[in-house]
Amino acid sequence: MVRVTHWLTVVAFLALAITGYLIVLSHPRFYWGETGNVNMKPLFSFHVPSSRDTVPTGYGYVLPDENGWSRYLHFEAAWLLVLTGIVYGVAGFWSGHFRRDLLPRHGERSWQNWWQALRGVRHRDDGTVAYNIVQRTVYLGVIFVLFPAVIWTGLALSPGFNAAFPFFVDVLGGRQSARTLHFFISDVLVVFLIVHVVMIALAGFWSRTLAMITGRAGSAKEVNG
Amino acid sequence: MSPFSRRKFMKGGAVTAVGLAGLAAADRIARRHGLIPPDGGTLYGPGETLTYAAQRMIGSHALAREFPRGMISKMPFMNEVAPHTDEFKRHQTAGFRDWRVVVDGMVEHPLSLSIADLQALAKRSQITEVVCEEGWSYVAEWMGTPLSAVLQEAGTLPQVRYIVYYAMEKDGWDSMDMADALHPQTFLTWGMNDGDLPVGFGGPLRMRLPRQLGYKSVKYVMRLTATDSMKKFGQGLGCAAAEGGYAWYAGI
Repeated sequence: MVRVTHWLTVVAFLALAITGYLIVLSHPRFYWGETGNVNMKPLFSFHVPSSRDTVPTGYGYVLPDENGWSRYLHFEAAWLLVLTGIVYGVAGFWSGHFRRDLLPRHGERSWQNWWQALRGVRHRDDGTVAYNIVQRTVYLGVIFVLFPAVIWTGLALSPGFNAAFPFFVDVLGGRQSARTLHFFISDVLVVFLIVHVVMIALAGFWSRTLAMITGRAGSAKEVNG
Repeated sequence: MSPFSRRKFMKGGAVTAVGLAGLAAADRIARRHGLIPPDGGTLYGPGETLTYAAQRMIGSHALAREFPRGMISKMPFMNEVAPHTDEFKRHQTAGFRDWRVVVDGMVEHPLSLSIADLQALAKRSQITEVVCEEGWSYVAEWMGTPLSAVLQEAGTLPQVRYIVYYAMEKDGWDSMDMADALHPQTFLTWGMNDGDLPVGFGGPLRMRLPRQLGYKSVKYVMRLTATDSMKKFGQGLGCAAAEGGYAWYAGI
């Protein structure tokens, strides 16, 4: 279940990230508060060409409009992510996956351990494939903080959802704040993805990837991803 | 143990079969309750259907957020519009006195209403946000006649499921379901921020659905058609935007 949901999440996340950045290109400006448009001062903006000619970018050309299919796919992938996340979450608690594999173990919860793990000093009593404390903390943060936060801020951008649950957007300080936060949290998740893949590459890309597909630890004795 | 054992294979097959049966049942229930959008049969139909069905189930009657007067945007953004036709310019010169909105299709009393007729029917106002799919937004006060009042006057037949609305330009048409058509914040809008609705914002008459993205709020509305099915309209996807690759349901 962990493996199936992992790969479904990969598909959904890649679709969400790519379409998300394409949607940003139609308005590469970010604001804080409830409202924001080209007549207002942005919090920050990106010096990139836009897919709309109403946005002042300084470029003499306009990119093709990809928002139609990007938005359709973004929300379809969002459903896949949410439904997969629910299955993973329920199964994770049920099977003890979170408690056993991800919650930092009693004896390991110390700053010294953190420091050692970061420096690459590995001491494992069972000598095999358990995650170290840094990995455990990061995975828990991604699963229980970043993903819920990115879903929350994404839902807060839906005018239909906001009508039913205005609290979701109001608590974030308004629609444009929600959009800016959604962008930042997505960026942190993309950084996680990059680091995650680099770590796997360091541990042996194909053996680790195969292990995540088949469930066999294979010849590799360490899990760094 | 081999990960591709027979037992796992059987288990996977059983899960898949149950899943497919569940999907088929969900599809039947969704159809019966009108939860499949007109563009629900496309590649992105499953996501679109889940969004539309979920929002109709949890908040069909929910009201869009309204804002205090102090939050009205000082500089609302006037989205660009296609160049106006000669016919539109003639209306503009005449101060839109002869602008009519026709109500036809499955109604007991087809209507042809001027802006003044609409204002005589009912006047309401709301301070709501315009939310563009690109990401920008602004808040304004909108004055208009609730679409529900117009539909009541025309007497929609019981089998009506969608209201199709047409702009003056040839390809400007869209549709909404009855949950939105009868929603108290869905206006045929003729005023903005204590004045007439400016041409740049869709004047003399703009459909406003504050629970959906800006592109559903079609400008220069001239005709409303009540229907029981979207199949006969255009490619059957529910709106011109869907034929251009955009979702029919824009509550997200």
